[in-house]
Amino acid sequence: MNKILFFGQLKERIGCANTQVELEYPSSVAEVKLQLQQRGELWQQLLAQGNVLSAVNQTMASDETDINAGDEIAFFPPVTGG
Amino acid sequence: MISVQQQDFNIGDEYHALIQDAYSEGAVVTFVGLVRDINQGNSVKGLTLEHYPGMTEKSLKSIVQQAKQRWPLGKVRVIHRVGKLKLSDQIVFVGVTSRHRESAFLACQFIMDYLKNQAPFWKKESTEKGESWVEFNDKDQKAMQRWQK
Repeated sequence: MNKILFFGQLKERIGCANTQVELEYPSSVAEVKLQLQQRGELWQQLLAQGNVLSAVNQTMASDETDINAGDEIAFFPPVTGG
Repeated sequence: MISVQQQDFNIGDEYHALIQDAYSEGAVVTFVGLVRDINQGNSVKGLTLEHYPGMTEKSLKSIVQQAKQRWPLGKVRVIHRVGKLKLSDQIVFVGVTSRHRESAFLACQFIMDYLKNQAPFWKKESTEKGESWVEFNDKDQKAMQRWQK
């Protein structure tokens, strides 16, 4: 099982800050996205956006990044600090 | 040292901490970012800063580490505020000491450019039309890319 976190506008539009997924390992960020997109049209649309960034264990990741048991995954829009 | 905090900071205190025992350092460069009244065409009343606890600190540490690999730096201090901020409030502080000014200037700018592109913070502005999330600015991406040439 893996914990998924959302931040910023993505969190607000999805309407939750975190969720969980069951995966078959080794998995990938792309597979997590696909699984979440099956939760409905909103999820489908929001996670299909080209500018959604991801992090695995608090390090920037890409669709190809491997996911193993216990890894923390996060999705968020481009950052706007400073 | 890195801090992500709600409370304000005092640039005088930070400056004094940076120059304390800095016998080999000949230069200090500091930068402060403030909440500005107009952004992306909207009149801003204030903003809320969200972050990813854990990753934000990790990301800032990595940016400072990269700066230290590129230039001979003494002390580096980064403070970034989160939560609700008003117009003209201080948002971010970067302070760098170095033996010579060039490294200090460059490192300070490098840290800000990378922070703007990589550190997980998100700004939501409160304007007269309501609240809206700040859009990522391509200019910030170009500012970072110039260090990668």
